[in-house]
Amino acid sequence: METGEIIVRLVLIVVIFLISLVIAMYSTYAERKIAAFFQDRVGPNRAGPAGILQPLADGAKMFLKEEIIPTNSSKFLFIVGPSLAIMTACIGSAVIPWGQQIQIGSKLYDLQVTDINVGLLYIFGVVSLGVYGVMIGGWASNNKYSLLGAIRAASQNISYEIAMGLSIIALLMTTNTLSLKEIAAQQHGWHWNILYQPLGFLLFIVCSFAETNRTPFDLPECETELVGGYHTEYSSMKLGFYLFAEYINMFVSSAVMATLYWGGYNYPGMDWVAAHLGPVAGPLIGTIVLFAKIFLFIFFFMWVRWTIPRFRYDQLMDLGWKGLIPLAIANIIGTGLWITFVK
Amino acid sequence: MESFSNKRKVIESKPLNLWERIYLPAVIKGLAITLKHFLFKKDVTVRYPEQKREFSENFRGMHSLKRDEDGRERCTACGLCALSCPAEAITMIAAERKPGEENLYREEKYAAVYEINMLRCIFCGLCEEACPKEAIYLDGDIVPADYLRKDFIYGKDKLVEAPLNQ
Repeated sequence: METGEIIVRLVLIVVIFLISLVIAMYSTYAERKIAAFFQDRVGPNRAGPAGILQPLADGAKMFLKEEIIPTNSSKFLFIVGPSLAIMTACIGSAVIPWGQQIQIGSKLYDLQVTDINVGLLYIFGVVSLGVYGVMIGGWASNNKYSLLGAIRAASQNISYEIAMGLSIIALLMTTNTLSLKEIAAQQHGWHWNILYQPLGFLLFIVCSFAETNRTPFDLPECETELVGGYHTEYSSMKLGFYLFAEYINMFVSSAVMATLYWGGYNYPGMDWVAAHLGPVAGPLIGTIVLFAKIFLFIFFFMWVRWTIPRFRYDQLMDLGWKGLIPLAIANIIGTGLWITFVK
Repeated sequence: MESFSNKRKVIESKPLNLWERIYLPAVIKGLAITLKHFLFKKDVTVRYPEQKREFSENFRGMHSLKRDEDGRERCTACGLCALSCPAEAITMIAAERKPGEENLYREEKYAAVYEINMLRCIFCGLCEEACPKEAIYLDGDIVPADYLRKDFIYGKDKLVEAPLNQ
């Protein structure tokens, strides 16, 4: 790799990191505002015009709160838990292609931090690492509620990861690659994978809700039964990291869904736009389109949260093992038949 | 047991059928309902400190000790309000009107000290009803919050109506 490319990569890493942090910050604000609108309320409106500075105030509050580490907790792991949660949340976005190649001078630059050929597997690996943050934190707290919350989180994530993986296999059968860059490129124009894999997408989005611990699958932090779930004992910014990780996860899984099924940076008429706006502005509009899709997904996450009540735990397991996994297998078989006989 | 009211309903809990078990139709229905609220329903919030909802006509708020048409205090310190008060929130010390104070106090006896403990007061309005001189009314605003208990004991400085402007 030469210097120019390394600089572009570094800039990209910093920019994406900052963007995911800012989006996570403002997701907390958006969540409260959107919740308010769904419930015919106003939402935060004190800090700044329309409450726009609320996330900053919340962040400052988190940092200034007293840091409590329970006496009987395992201190090292107690600190490792939230760090792991936020770290795994942040590195997931490394393989997502944010746009087409940009031409600066005579060189082409990827709008992607790294294009590893097993990008999809990487994302799965990172997502399953995220469970450790929850698990370790809950266990290290030395608190029954935390432990129960952590166990719920672990078993839920593992159960739904199977269905998620199976739904991805059907997608891979049609794309023939694990590289997210190629998957995105294949969906040029309007050839989005959602058209070929509607059931797969449905399974994937349901599993994403479970993986990010969002309602209706937010049992790990179910307040009525488990006090605060796995982060009951946490305070100050360590709690903030857990909450923050959830929103970054939401952002990353929205980006993954948009890339895998909804065409990523592709949109109908992109060739015409690229021809008229040149090699820099054209791909950047694609990036804007990708972000619009991501925001729609984040909105959908919140929309569902403020609509649907939480599943009971046995219902959750029923749905995962008896509903989603057989459906995902059926989807694989259907896709196989379709590839063999129709395509 | 037999129902006497005819209002009893026998509720069967049937197992979910397939349509209900795939959840999605119900989920979509729910999403449509919440989206309707998101897009079309206006919030009903009153932005409180900036915007105040009007009190009803018989709202009982903070007490005020009234003056008569000449600007003299009406209260004669008879103690009926304190006697009627179920919460024992009112105390007073009576004093005799000196010559030359006729423009300040209407009766020959007046309340030198008149205190209401707003933490005890239940805003029932019995003092208002008991008063023979129409001297006390609960026609004020909500009693504001404060930090110390002693600051909730309101004296004449806070209770007596502002003097008439000549």
